[in-house]
Amino acid sequence: MKEKIRIASGQGFWGDLIDAPYHQVIKGDIDYLVMDYLAEVTMSILQKQKNRNPNLGYATDLIDLMKRILPITSKKGIKVITNGGGVNPVACADAILEAAMNLDIVKLDVAVVLGDDIKDCLDEIIEKGCDLNNMETGEPISLVKDKLLSANVYFGAMPIVEALKRGADIVITGRTTDTGLTLAPMIYEFGWNQNDYDLMAAGTVAGHILECGAQSTGGNFLGDWESIENFAEIGFPIAEAYPNGEVIITKHENTGGIVTFETVAEQLVYEIGDPKEYITPDCVADFTSIKLEEVGKDSVKVYNVKGKPETEFYKVSCSYKDGYSATGTLTYSWPQALTKARKADRILRKRLQNLGLQFDEIRSEFVGYNATHENLAPELDEDKINEIVLRFSVRAKDRNTVNRFGQEMAPLILTGPPSVTGFASGRPKPKDVVAYWPALIPKNLVTPKVKILELK
Amino acid sequence: MSRIRLREIAHGRSGDKGDAANIGIIANDQNGYEIIEKQLTAEKVKKHFEGICHGKVERYELPNIRALNFLLHNTLGGGGTVSLKHDAQGKTLAAALLRIELEVD
Repeated sequence: MKEKIRIASGQGFWGDLIDAPYHQVIKGDIDYLVMDYLAEVTMSILQKQKNRNPNLGYATDLIDLMKRILPITSKKGIKVITNGGGVNPVACADAILEAAMNLDIVKLDVAVVLGDDIKDCLDEIIEKGCDLNNMETGEPISLVKDKLLSANVYFGAMPIVEALKRGADIVITGRTTDTGLTLAPMIYEFGWNQNDYDLMAAGTVAGHILECGAQSTGGNFLGDWESIENFAEIGFPIAEAYPNGEVIITKHENTGGIVTFETVAEQLVYEIGDPKEYITPDCVADFTSIKLEEVGKDSVKVYNVKGKPETEFYKVSCSYKDGYSATGTLTYSWPQALTKARKADRILRKRLQNLGLQFDEIRSEFVGYNATHENLAPELDEDKINEIVLRFSVRAKDRNTVNRFGQEMAPLILTGPPSVTGFASGRPKPKDVVAYWPALIPKNLVTPKVKILELK
Repeated sequence: MSRIRLREIAHGRSGDKGDAANIGIIANDQNGYEIIEKQLTAEKVKKHFEGICHGKVERYELPNIRALNFLLHNTLGGGGTVSLKHDAQGKTLAAALLRIELEVD
């Protein structure tokens, strides 16, 4: 057994710093590179791409990245684990294998984790007695079943562990929890028993700290952020894991950012609910048990993590089409910038009303004044406001209604308050609104499948 | 007794969980944690976000890391891509809570 393993986070979301994973593999020693590409909205986008082209539906950026890092990861024996397979892990793995052949790499086993996509077997699942009711509202799935764009089960670490046991150098999954990507190599390398819930929780907590990339190394840090050096070359986090479940959060030397009690604590509380019940497919972690200790420069020990048995359910995330929305902006300058923007807002609302258009929601915000803190923003001395952006948004079930709003935005420049600009990008276009349907499914109704694809 | 802003003794981070926002607040030291543990109640946070948070506010304590976690239900205009809010994911709500005033000796 290895004495310790170093697991590096390479992406906090699809769209994160392109070079971050490259720097993780070249700037120091790591054993694993883990990358989270899938936000909820990403799955519906990927499903649309796959519908248009059966060879797409995965994070295409990943292929360019693999071309760049494969010569290094193959030489150093770094394993790569990512959920960038989206709704088409096999096509993703094929593209990686093709890239490897062109790079003259002689041996590469790429594992795919399948079975999370349940869109085509929903009827069967419902027949077996799983209602897939909305777990937040209790509404029945029949309300949205005909509008579904995607339906995926969140798998945990165990399918990845199986892939590693079968010799995978790279593991490509579809919908997998962010935390499972980091927990899996610990289970595999240290031979952890999956019923040792404190260890499952320890790896899960490490995964939570890694899953948003540089958010644990100084990015988006609301403490003394001005003291953080070299944001430009910020280092992404590395979890140095030990067999007893202790984890040191650190980053490569000579990179920017910082790892302290405070930066790790901020990430621990990010997007959590009840901290005693952090539920994943692998365990229920108790975040109130976590202890943090600074053990060196940019080194924070995470220890004392407690866990409980996993639940009998997987979470399912479905997405469905729910109408259209559009947003337009106009910029008003001093003097009376806010007064002008407010006047324009009233004029636009009156015109939409006169047109008899029915919207589900109309929202106006004044960027520079209250777009973030709403009514908590104190009244401003208007003479000191240099400019205000009116941000006006609508949402409706009917596409034409939203499109008609888009035609009313630009005319305000010639038919409303003065000293206004910022309409170079054209009319606001209707965008699909994609809504989510979270549900639970008994674990015995779905089975993850692992396949190993080899270089031909 | 004097009044201070939460910003002077704590920091934090916020994000989305569906239509709910979560705000984690971390005190800068143990003394600060005792102040927020006592004064930063769910009721007080609910009142602070009147007109923004349209549901209940739940509070959870994480004393080991000097933190409180608040869940603000019905706050993000539908959440996800449904929301028309500029800050649809509640990313700036932790900063908004740092505006709140507390009493110190």
